[in-house]
Amino acid sequence: MPSAPLSRRPLLLAAAGLPVLPRPAAAQPAADLFRVVTSQEINGLDPARSGYVFTRMQVLETLVGADDGGLAVPQLARAWTLSEDRLTWRFALREGARFHDGTPVTAVAVAAALERARGQSGLLGTLPAERIAADDGAVLVRTSRPFAPLLAFLAHYSAGILAPAAFEGQAVREMIGSGPYKVSRLLPPQRLEAARWERWDGPAPAIGRVSYLAAGRGETRAAMAEGGQAELVAQLAPETVERLRRNPRVAVDVRAIPRTRLIKLNCASPLFRDVRARHALSLALDRQGMAAALLRSPASTATQLFPPAMAEWHVPALPPLRRDLPEARRLLAELGWQPGPEGILHREGRPFAFTLRTFSDRPELPGLATAMQAQLREAGIDMAVAVVNSGEIPAGHRDGTLEAALMARNFSLVPDPLGTMLQDYGPEGGDWGAMGWSSPALNGVLERLGAVADPAERAALRGRASAILHEELPVIPVSWFDLATAVSRRVAGLAVDPLELSFRIAGARWAG
Amino acid sequence: MGGLIRVLGGRAVQAVLVALLVGTACFLMVRLLPGDMAYRIAASRYGYDLVDGAAAEAVRQELGLDRPWPVQLGAWFGGLLRLDLGVSLASGEEVAEALGIQLGHTLLLSVTALLFSLLIGPPLGALAGLRSGGWWDGALLVLSAALRALPAFVVGIGLMLWLAVEWEWLPVAGVGGWREVILPALTLALGLAAASSRVARDAVAGVVASPFFGFARMKGLDDATAFRRHGVRNAAIPVVAYLGLQLVILIEGVVVVESLFAWPGIGHALVHAVLGRDIPMVQGTALVMGLLFVALNALTDLACWLLDPRRRAA
Repeated sequence: MPSAPLSRRPLLLAAAGLPVLPRPAAAQPAADLFRVVTSQEINGLDPARSGYVFTRMQVLETLVGADDGGLAVPQLARAWTLSEDRLTWRFALREGARFHDGTPVTAVAVAAALERARGQSGLLGTLPAERIAADDGAVLVRTSRPFAPLLAFLAHYSAGILAPAAFEGQAVREMIGSGPYKVSRLLPPQRLEAARWERWDGPAPAIGRVSYLAAGRGETRAAMAEGGQAELVAQLAPETVERLRRNPRVAVDVRAIPRTRLIKLNCASPLFRDVRARHALSLALDRQGMAAALLRSPASTATQLFPPAMAEWHVPALPPLRRDLPEARRLLAELGWQPGPEGILHREGRPFAFTLRTFSDRPELPGLATAMQAQLREAGIDMAVAVVNSGEIPAGHRDGTLEAALMARNFSLVPDPLGTMLQDYGPEGGDWGAMGWSSPALNGVLERLGAVADPAERAALRGRASAILHEELPVIPVSWFDLATAVSRRVAGLAVDPLELSFRIAGARWAG
Repeated sequence: MGGLIRVLGGRAVQAVLVALLVGTACFLMVRLLPGDMAYRIAASRYGYDLVDGAAAEAVRQELGLDRPWPVQLGAWFGGLLRLDLGVSLASGEEVAEALGIQLGHTLLLSVTALLFSLLIGPPLGALAGLRSGGWWDGALLVLSAALRALPAFVVGIGLMLWLAVEWEWLPVAGVGGWREVILPALTLALGLAAASSRVARDAVAGVVASPFFGFARMKGLDDATAFRRHGVRNAAIPVVAYLGLQLVILIEGVVVVESLFAWPGIGHALVHAVLGRDIPMVQGTALVMGLLFVALNALTDLACWLLDPRRRAA
């Protein structure tokens, strides 16, 4: 037998010995670098597209920000006033503010950036603004009608203020913001690095450098938190939260955010036209079971449309949504539905059957849809599930072919949910809201809310709106949202923003 | 030399066919995907819950999505002739510019993976081939079968947890420095090595059992010299030829591994483009992957031609 020219022994010994070597400093964090990992990629520089990356990393600023409760706080604007007729807003800018190319932030530049943002499709396009202009060093916004949620619209990332030099025609060529951090390296769609902006006019951030990485897989993000390779990991997948809680290096912050998973129903269809049918559907759902088994968060069981995190809209006194199969069956029998072959309900020879559209952009939705399919089957309802792309829901809403949809709705697209409410539950319904349903009472309430300023009256109106939606169920709430974030214990003074407007790194510092 | 020209000329024709086929097929497949394109594109631009009928309509108008499809496809081929791949529907970037960056990342990853796999696979396979039937031969069979059977996704997570989380030698994922490339490349390399070690093992076992190798031993050369002079080159030809086939595994693996390790390469871009119905981007990435495939096969041909004197004589 020929002998092997290479000896395998040293090779095998080397392989076995690998884990005995000391841990090198290679994977240890570079000093003074705060690393953020989320799932959202950087799709270009336009604030309308990827503004959330730049505003959260505090590179890009908006005119106003919002506190945890959604109330407007100064950002680029240091103060603002509203005229007597409630139509003209006047924003005074921070005097010392400078863009990252060194030029001062002027009212002319801000007005131009906002005017351009308004021309893009998306949220700002819906603003009832007549004129945005610079006036004597301030920014004037004149609306065509009293529009209370204006401040909230201006806090949205698509209203981020870029320097004049950032544009080439209408296109954004460079990210020149005015925040405490300035982009030092950009590798779209994955990575962003930024460093303290030396001419920032506010208190200098304690943390000098920040980086952003988009990692699409939940497993990857969890591993980065676990290995201490990120200071903040956002959007943790439910199945990874428990494991991370046991890790001494990170603190897992789970908080309810103003977002709800719900079923949108075509209330114009004969199946759901009667409010009792909608209640029966709601009574057939096992929300608690789904929240515990599929979402691993029993507290996310929805008992009404608005989660407790939306304190102004959540009404504790409303009777909680619950599961009650006998009551569901009773309501359906009242409507003339009788058990037919294989236990499916029939009326006038037709089965209670429909298709629920859902999509996988939010990975938990198809699983929830299948669970609901089984739960409704127990009540004699035959629901098919179609996993489609998200656009099929607004498209089906427009052409009337949509029967039902399971989706997640963010009520803080603008920090004041009223903006979303007007879009979703106005007289015409909304692509991501009611379909074939309208309530004159609710319309009156929402219209009044847009116009009055008295806090007590506003609170009463909001409660009334919530109660109407709870009684009428144009959409059926399924569960609320938890936002799970892992924050490294190396960091102190960082409070997670429930509205996801900012990672708030500039206000944080290194522990110890 | 004529042989070489014939081989490379054939590959050039192949490249043109690939461009035609890939461009058309991608276009048609994306068009045939269910759902309204305008909504999907708007969703990838603005986020799905900011998209309503009005935004979708604006996108449809802007991109001319209601033009007849032969017109749209013709426009793309027209652009291709001018080496213009168009503009991404989602990000508004030039496709060629984006691809240039992504291709660099993917090539870096693929070449590193190939290097790792050549360092791992053929040597281990050769060891087994030199003593076919020995314990190492059996162990390698089991190991390579197991590694080849495991999806890259599982191997990747395993390596991530072991080398990055448990031992903290390497970054879990990301991009930007040289250390980030090691884990994804290793993930790909293990799959490749699993296959190439088998090919190397069979080739070496064949050489060792051959009369010419027996003769070399008989004339007095020791094992190492006989193998170096008469074994390596002979055994290398099937291994190198097989590399061409392995590129399929590599390109398939790149799509999964890039997503797992947040590596901004072409595979990752392809997945996103398909989800976002970004046709120019799908066409561009698929085209580059197809042409890459042809180019690498041409390189394989060239390597075999250089290694094998019989071909050069032909």
